[in-house]
Amino acid sequence: MRYSGWKVITEGLLGNTGWGRAWRDPAPKAEYDAIVIGGGGHGLATAYYLAKNHGLTNIAVLEKGYLGSGNIGRNTTIVRANYFLPGNSEFYSHSLKLWEKLEGELNYNVMHSQRGHIILFHSDGQRDAAVRRGNAIVNQGDDAELLSVAQLKEMLPYLDYNQTRFPIYGGLIQRRAGTARHDAVAWGYARAADRLGVDLIQNCEVTGIDTVDGKVIGVQTTRGAIRAKKVGMVVAGRSSQVAAMAGMRLPIESHVLQAFVTEGLKPVIDHVVSYGMGHFYISQSDKGGLVFGGDIDMYSSYASRGNLPMVEHVMEAGMTLMPMLARARVLRSWGGIMDMTPDGSPIIDKTHIEGLFVDAGWNYGGFKAAPASGWCMAHLMATGQSHEVARRFRLDRFRTGHVMDEEGTGSQHNLH
Amino acid sequence: MRLTCPLCGTRDRREFYYSGTEDYLNRPAEGAPIEAWDDMLHLRTNPAGVTKDLWYHETGCGSWLLVTRNTVTHAVLATELVAARKGGAA
Repeated sequence: MRYSGWKVITEGLLGNTGWGRAWRDPAPKAEYDAIVIGGGGHGLATAYYLAKNHGLTNIAVLEKGYLGSGNIGRNTTIVRANYFLPGNSEFYSHSLKLWEKLEGELNYNVMHSQRGHIILFHSDGQRDAAVRRGNAIVNQGDDAELLSVAQLKEMLPYLDYNQTRFPIYGGLIQRRAGTARHDAVAWGYARAADRLGVDLIQNCEVTGIDTVDGKVIGVQTTRGAIRAKKVGMVVAGRSSQVAAMAGMRLPIESHVLQAFVTEGLKPVIDHVVSYGMGHFYISQSDKGGLVFGGDIDMYSSYASRGNLPMVEHVMEAGMTLMPMLARARVLRSWGGIMDMTPDGSPIIDKTHIEGLFVDAGWNYGGFKAAPASGWCMAHLMATGQSHEVARRFRLDRFRTGHVMDEEGTGSQHNLH
Repeated sequence: MRLTCPLCGTRDRREFYYSGTEDYLNRPAEGAPIEAWDDMLHLRTNPAGVTKDLWYHETGCGSWLLVTRNTVTHAVLATELVAARKGGAA
């Protein structure tokens, strides 16, 4: 069934009786041409592009819970391509271009909203860095524009411009950046992949990865053994556990990242705003809730909930930037498990086992990357070669020294 | 979360700086292959469960602590001074 405005109207008149399931619920087959472990945004996108771009339709996505039950359904939904380093720049540029065509491509409303993302700066040094970053973004072919304080005051009248500690010197805006409806991205990819014949198998936890003579031959699952000569691990949040089944240690430490939502308010914040004092960013959802977050809690954790010091820090940061936040009441908060790599950049690569591939290490920035991650992981699994925009996301780059430290804070665990 | 410093007693998490896993205590010998350094500096077992990691009592006594805790429940199971370990690398 194709979704359309016309369909919404006719179904409304017919009592919404003709919708049907969005995707099938197949039992696992004994063998596939390729298996993607992980039914989140990246895994579902990988499966979709394997089928769409490479004609591989005898494939399965194995998900231990339900589709989109991980970080794709619990994040702050920001989509942007304002990266600086070669390797990141072209990758996120590619991803943003995919986002711009995603709804038509998937026939699914992911509520992609290009409302603009503004990074504020608060010193001459930060202004220089913003100019340099802006030039790098423009050289990549994407948009970036420096905003004066006068321009900012027109757009963001609610900021405290004259605070003594972090006075606002200006901002860097990417107008094509914005937000999207997070879980709709998972559902859209799932439905589109299913329509191309991909088996989406839920409640199917992988319990082992089978190899013979250094080649992968399939996986063991809670629903039996499934054979495949190509297996992709796309399980951010649990990457280390799945990789351990193949005898691997990844350059990843898991940390908890918290985010917060207030009660629904009338429209007040029209953009995504990032505070340059450190980690604080905020936007307003279509439902009206202010969605905001900060830094990771800074110690390894799988608890899916954070600790109070970071809650306090995020609230304090928000208050110094937008004193009006004092009037909003926080409705809920949550913590997601982040694959943190030493340099803060991700991994899309082969492993030492033939036919086994890894897509992991998305740190706190995986949502915007989902389309390009799926695109490049599918390219890697189908052709055996890294896609040109993901060729620097090497698994061995820490050993060889080819690190990608976008933040410039250093390349060891605990610095990102 | 609160950590018990063997010298200062139970203190708020904010007094401590988290460094990383105990892998840092297992420094390769001089002349070890690059894989051994990669193993210590970058590759992690990253358990969902009991782990041991290094915390620095930054605003307290300045001791390095080896903390045994559970990454799923945040329960702190034990703390000891790195300097007190026999043959410790502190």
